[in-house]
Amino acid sequence: MTTKSQALLNWVDERFPLTSTWKAHLSEYYAPKNFNFWYFFGSLALLVLVIQIVTGIFLVMHYKPDASLNASGVPVAFAAVEYIMRDVPGGWLIRYMHSTGASAFFVVVYLHMFRGLLYGSYRKPRELIWLFGVGIFLALMAEAFMGYLLPWGQMSFWGAQVIVNLFSAIPVIGPDLALVIRGDFVVSDATLNRFFSFHVIAVPLVLIGLVLAHIVALHEVGSNNPDGVEIKKKKDANGVPLDGIPFHPYYTVKDIVGVVGFLIVFSAVMFFAPEGGGYFLEYNNFLPADPLVTPPHIAPVWYFTPFYSLLRAVTYPLFGLDAKFWGVIAMGAGVVIFAFLPWLDRSPVKSIRYKGPIFKTALVLFVIIFFVLGYLGVQPPDNGGIKDRTTQICSVLYFAFFLLMPWYSKLDKCKPEPERVTS
Amino acid sequence: MSVDEKMDSGRRQLLLATSVAGGAAAAATAVPFVASLTPSERAKAAGAPVEADVSKLAPGEMMTVEWQGKPVWILRRTEEMLATLDKLDDQLADPASEKSVQPEYAKNKARSIKPEFLVTIGICTHLGCSPSQKFKIGAASGLGDEWPGGFLCPCHGSTFDLAARVYAGKPAPTNLDIPPHKYLADTKILIGEDGTA
Repeated sequence: MTTKSQALLNWVDERFPLTSTWKAHLSEYYAPKNFNFWYFFGSLALLVLVIQIVTGIFLVMHYKPDASLNASGVPVAFAAVEYIMRDVPGGWLIRYMHSTGASAFFVVVYLHMFRGLLYGSYRKPRELIWLFGVGIFLALMAEAFMGYLLPWGQMSFWGAQVIVNLFSAIPVIGPDLALVIRGDFVVSDATLNRFFSFHVIAVPLVLIGLVLAHIVALHEVGSNNPDGVEIKKKKDANGVPLDGIPFHPYYTVKDIVGVVGFLIVFSAVMFFAPEGGGYFLEYNNFLPADPLVTPPHIAPVWYFTPFYSLLRAVTYPLFGLDAKFWGVIAMGAGVVIFAFLPWLDRSPVKSIRYKGPIFKTALVLFVIIFFVLGYLGVQPPDNGGIKDRTTQICSVLYFAFFLLMPWYSKLDKCKPEPERVTS
Repeated sequence: MSVDEKMDSGRRQLLLATSVAGGAAAAATAVPFVASLTPSERAKAAGAPVEADVSKLAPGEMMTVEWQGKPVWILRRTEEMLATLDKLDDQLADPASEKSVQPEYAKNKARSIKPEFLVTIGICTHLGCSPSQKFKIGAASGLGDEWPGGFLCPCHGSTFDLAARVYAGKPAPTNLDIPPHKYLADTKILIGEDGTA
């Protein structure tokens, strides 16, 4: 480095921790050397967050959150999205980036969470990283749900109607709470405007804050790895973990490969199948919202369907409270229960590589059940028929995976963990 | 704080009082923000009654009018339709409408002022979807051979009879709500006002 630029850097460093931050989080942040494919999804989630924020900023320049009808009798918000798609130069691409990005976000986040399950990344000392992560997942669901109302199509309207009404199932405060969320007695212009505000300002701020906390907590304790052994236990004379390599340039370069692979798939979907066969953009949402007619079949977007199935699984009242209330509880619990994983898993080892047959079977079953619940969530209910019964059985198994974990993870015959990471 | 350093209790109290006052002020500031989330005066005023003319409604047909942003159905029931209501009591969750919402004058078997006209809010009491018409009877409805005609909510599968009473074992907890309404003339119904309140 030339003396002049070095002098400038020194001038900055005396006033702002630039070099020390760079070192602490990149060039001297030591990550385990054995990261594999599954470790792409954290950085990819960050990439999608950036895509969503940048495309979102540009969409807001043309979108209008207004449920009133324009001169041709179409809601202004719905017309604004069509305007973006047809008349704004490049608008269609920016909008498809945003809508494909929403589904991509959930794909990478689900894979990122699955990585955590595989390698026990939620175990001590990484409980807080995991809790911040669950917070990110919740914020992401809120962000996706509120964003889905904005095009003001039939699915936007009736999806919001159903989900807001979920809150009214809470005893005592429920009806008033639903009123405060909607800002009206029905889903209306007031609802559209506040969802817009939350979607573009409040929830993204919370998301960014949680992502920062997630990364700061990660860099405090260091990354887990596919072997689930702590690299900080074996250090060289300089205090550098023997099995650690600097995040930059090793993993920044590795992540670029992940980004390239991801963008190939992402672009393929965006350019050739932006509707995702009706799963990324539901066909009924190409009709403007009509408060008087519910579409013959409504289902949430794919990423909510496993949890939506949990909601539908409960059909019996219990302890004098409606089935509706317990359905809401089941759905909420289905998400929140992830937060308890660090304390439910009593296995002596972290990684699936050294866990025994019981945990491996349980995890495989859980993944299958998650997909089955996801599939059933887009199907119409069949009035106590085979699909409804399967939903109920899978829902019980879903919770059993978590609630029985303290026992089966302890019973399991694990292999001994190695002292250091393997290759 | 070191042990030998004597705590100044006067200052400590002042510190506490300041924190409490500051906290109270912050909490009070939240009031207008929360209040702004509740329905506005305009939204509250939007619930004006609406008139419906049912003179052109043929027997067995249904019309929908919008009241407070919600669909209100007016179904003109035939004699056969009304006859189905008698046989269903043991299949319904709330046959006598004890738990359901309706004005006193509609708390009867047909859930209406005149048995011929059912006036009901077409919003499922489960999660607020609008059920669809399933007036065809038997297997043609897709709801089994015994289906006597009624409504099916597409969202979560709740079924209702022709008096908007919910079948038992379905997610919807109560029958569809009956709005306050009255007859202005033989074929003119005012929805949203019944002169009792």
